[in-house]
Amino acid sequence: MTIVEIGLPKRLVELTLDGEAVRVPEGATILDACTASGKSIPTLCYGDTLKPANACRVCMVEVEGSRTLVPSCSRKVEPGMVVRTDSERTQHSRKLVLELLGSATDLSTTPHVDEWMSACGADPSRFGPSAPPAADRDDRQPGEHEEIDGSVAATVRQPTKVDNPLYVRDYGKCIMCYKCVDACGDQWQNSFAISVAGRGFDARISTEFATPLPDSACVYCGNCIEVCPTGALSFKREHDKREDGTWDEESQTQTTTICTFCGVGCNLTLHVQDNEIVKVTSPHDSTVTHGNLCIKGRFGWQHVQNR
Amino acid sequence: MDLKLLDIEPTEAERVVVDLFTGMGRDQLLPALHAVNDRVGWISQGALNHICRVLHIPPAEAYGVASFYSLFSLTERPAKVVHVCVDLACQVNGAKSLCDRLTDELGPAGAKSGWLRSPCLGVCEKAPAALAFEAGEVAKEQLLAPTHAGEVIAVAAAGPSHVDGERAEVPQAGVPGLRLLKRVGVVDPESLDDYRATGGYAALRTALLLGPSGVIREVTDAKLTGRGGAAFPTGRKWDATARQPVRPHYLVCNADESEPGTFKDRLLMEGDPFAVIESMTIAGFAAGCSRGYLYLRGEYPRALHLLRNAISKARERNFLGENIMGHEGFSFDIEIRRGAGAYICGEETAIFNSIEGFRGEPRSKPPFPVEQGLFGKPTVVNNVETLVNVPVILTEGCEAYTRIGTEGSTGSKLFCLSGNVSRPGVYEVPFGTTLGELLDLAGGVPPGRELRAVLLGGAAGGFVRPDELDLPLTLEDARAAGTTLGSGVVLVLDDTADLGSFLLRIAAFFRDESCGQCVPCRIGTVRQEEALHRLVGKRPLSTSAQDLQLLREVGQVMRGSSICGLGQTAWNAIESALDRLGYAEEAAS
Repeated sequence: MTIVEIGLPKRLVELTLDGEAVRVPEGATILDACTASGKSIPTLCYGDTLKPANACRVCMVEVEGSRTLVPSCSRKVEPGMVVRTDSERTQHSRKLVLELLGSATDLSTTPHVDEWMSACGADPSRFGPSAPPAADRDDRQPGEHEEIDGSVAATVRQPTKVDNPLYVRDYGKCIMCYKCVDACGDQWQNSFAISVAGRGFDARISTEFATPLPDSACVYCGNCIEVCPTGALSFKREHDKREDGTWDEESQTQTTTICTFCGVGCNLTLHVQDNEIVKVTSPHDSTVTHGNLCIKGRFGWQHVQNR
Repeated sequence: MDLKLLDIEPTEAERVVVDLFTGMGRDQLLPALHAVNDRVGWISQGALNHICRVLHIPPAEAYGVASFYSLFSLTERPAKVVHVCVDLACQVNGAKSLCDRLTDELGPAGAKSGWLRSPCLGVCEKAPAALAFEAGEVAKEQLLAPTHAGEVIAVAAAGPSHVDGERAEVPQAGVPGLRLLKRVGVVDPESLDDYRATGGYAALRTALLLGPSGVIREVTDAKLTGRGGAAFPTGRKWDATARQPVRPHYLVCNADESEPGTFKDRLLMEGDPFAVIESMTIAGFAAGCSRGYLYLRGEYPRALHLLRNAISKARERNFLGENIMGHEGFSFDIEIRRGAGAYICGEETAIFNSIEGFRGEPRSKPPFPVEQGLFGKPTVVNNVETLVNVPVILTEGCEAYTRIGTEGSTGSKLFCLSGNVSRPGVYEVPFGTTLGELLDLAGGVPPGRELRAVLLGGAAGGFVRPDELDLPLTLEDARAAGTTLGSGVVLVLDDTADLGSFLLRIAAFFRDESCGQCVPCRIGTVRQEEALHRLVGKRPLSTSAQDLQLLREVGQVMRGSSICGLGQTAWNAIESALDRLGYAEEAAS
């Protein structure tokens, strides 16, 4: 029998959300309050299984009395708080943040971003034509200034990293949300194979000295890929199928089962296309995995289709 | 945690310096990186690997930290390198032609040619400046200021000849009535006896008699505000920390003075280092801290030497350590931490991450430092100049202190005059002195020139016009006039100054110094620089009006949605140039 800790009853906090009084449990975030009252706030660096990184600034809302906008994903509600999610200031911030991201990053595989952009009228192209891809991003020195003339908009476009049979790292799509680093580090996996390196616009996700993944501390659990919001990290199989045009998410079925490798009992969700497993994930609300798996559960399923 | 290390060993020299950290923890990462850099001049894979082994840090994380700081290089670099300042005050004083000469004679800036471009070195009164560094068994550093191409070329080849620069000097040295600068340039900064003979440690004695709450009351009633730029009431900060039941409490003295055009804290530390140590001790006593960290920017070798001397002499005479000055139960000690070339580490929460051995990225607030600061404990963070006001308050009394300055801005203030000004340097004046009076004190613009503009408060501050010189320099008047005193920068531009290039340097500075954590600042500072280049170079995307609009919109999102003060203020000076100096019309014409 699973014992679920229900804890002490929580007090309710009343606040004003876009002019309406709402009550949410003490300790909830503004984002929780929005979700509870049916408002959808776009988020990128927020992860339901991770601590807020506060980095992407897509979810900023206006709180009365605060000089700056505040990140709804991490700011806890307070009694009497007056929050606006749809003010002109919030809309402008969201539009600019999405434009800035879109102008520097390939968001073509980021779910929902097109809807958000058209909803607020974002146009990333207005910062000018994109600079060509750069192969030297791993070697850039902090504080060393690149001479520019403003004729092109700097981007993080760069060659895709394929150095192992399981993962593809396409950092031209990376928005620096910190989720992969947090999942790899002390929040879940404790492998610490990757970190944020460099500084400013040259900041990047990297192993030590940008060494290839097989030489790093990576254990191929795939938990970084699970939390990546943009498709910068992907499973090689999915990546290859997308490349050759055979990835068809519409036709895929998802079946949740239990991993047979050991006694932990992780939930697996098998993504099946044309009677073939193409990807394995785990439900984020599973009390066993919280969405995480190990290399065996994540990748060790070829024998199933050995017909 | 099992560490997976690279299969690369350090050299013998690297191993020896890293082994000294055996048994220590993560918070020694920055000192260990410095030790390797001081010894060999760069951080090799073997050295980083060995640091990770000794301090038990995952290599990817240590790499992330090492690659955050501009003074460290993760690719091979010769032992000798000269950092040539190209920032605001140096730019006004010929840094560009200096760099052009260096490019001609030594080759383009870079590790191979032995010289690098550097952000503000904090010696703006002696611009243009350069800092020569040579790694070795004893690392050597030499400040060249003011310098010229010939000297830089000679020192780049021969290496620095001595550790120190010249003695701290202020134009007002010896003038009666000075409080903060009274010893600077007058008293031997290495002598504790001289310090005591000029009233040193009388304030700590008073503090021990008053007790912690008495000290906090005096500082609160004196209405002392932070001098680092944000002007937060110091007494409130101390009180909020002192009340936290969690122990230990920490004190951090923010000496990471990196705002371009700011050099007041350097002069205080070089000219009156014991005052900094005594002030920290009083603050530690008041806020219940047992340990203080003095976070000193990496580019201040002379201040480092003098502060180390001051701390060791203070320890010898029981002004630091256990039961200080015979006061049972009051123990306090100070550790110096050297920054390594990152403006952002002067942000009050980034400084914690840097000390703890993580990347110097600001934290999201709340929680505030007084609740959860360094190592997650209640922490007071104060700027050097703020702290040095405390002995003045305790010796003169808070009532006398409030009679200096104005109702809303009490005490005196240090201003850093640089740029096109006859007698650059740090000046101490009471709050309420007008900008014009301050400029007169420094001799105004050089003869035959006209004042064009004054950058007030630093790169994160704003411009004022020549017709605004009657502005009283107080927090309230600056606010009412839509500008800020910031960290006390008064950078003067005359009619020979190239405003466009000056603005481009400000934009480049913020781009280079953004930590990269949040989108508005990481990408916004880049878009700001690009748009400004088009505007200044008159190469618009379609029209200059459109580029102006882009600048304003990017500026607005940086100000409203960035995590910390760097991004929030990265647009201030450029906005004020467009609107207050009328550069918008000039650029659009």
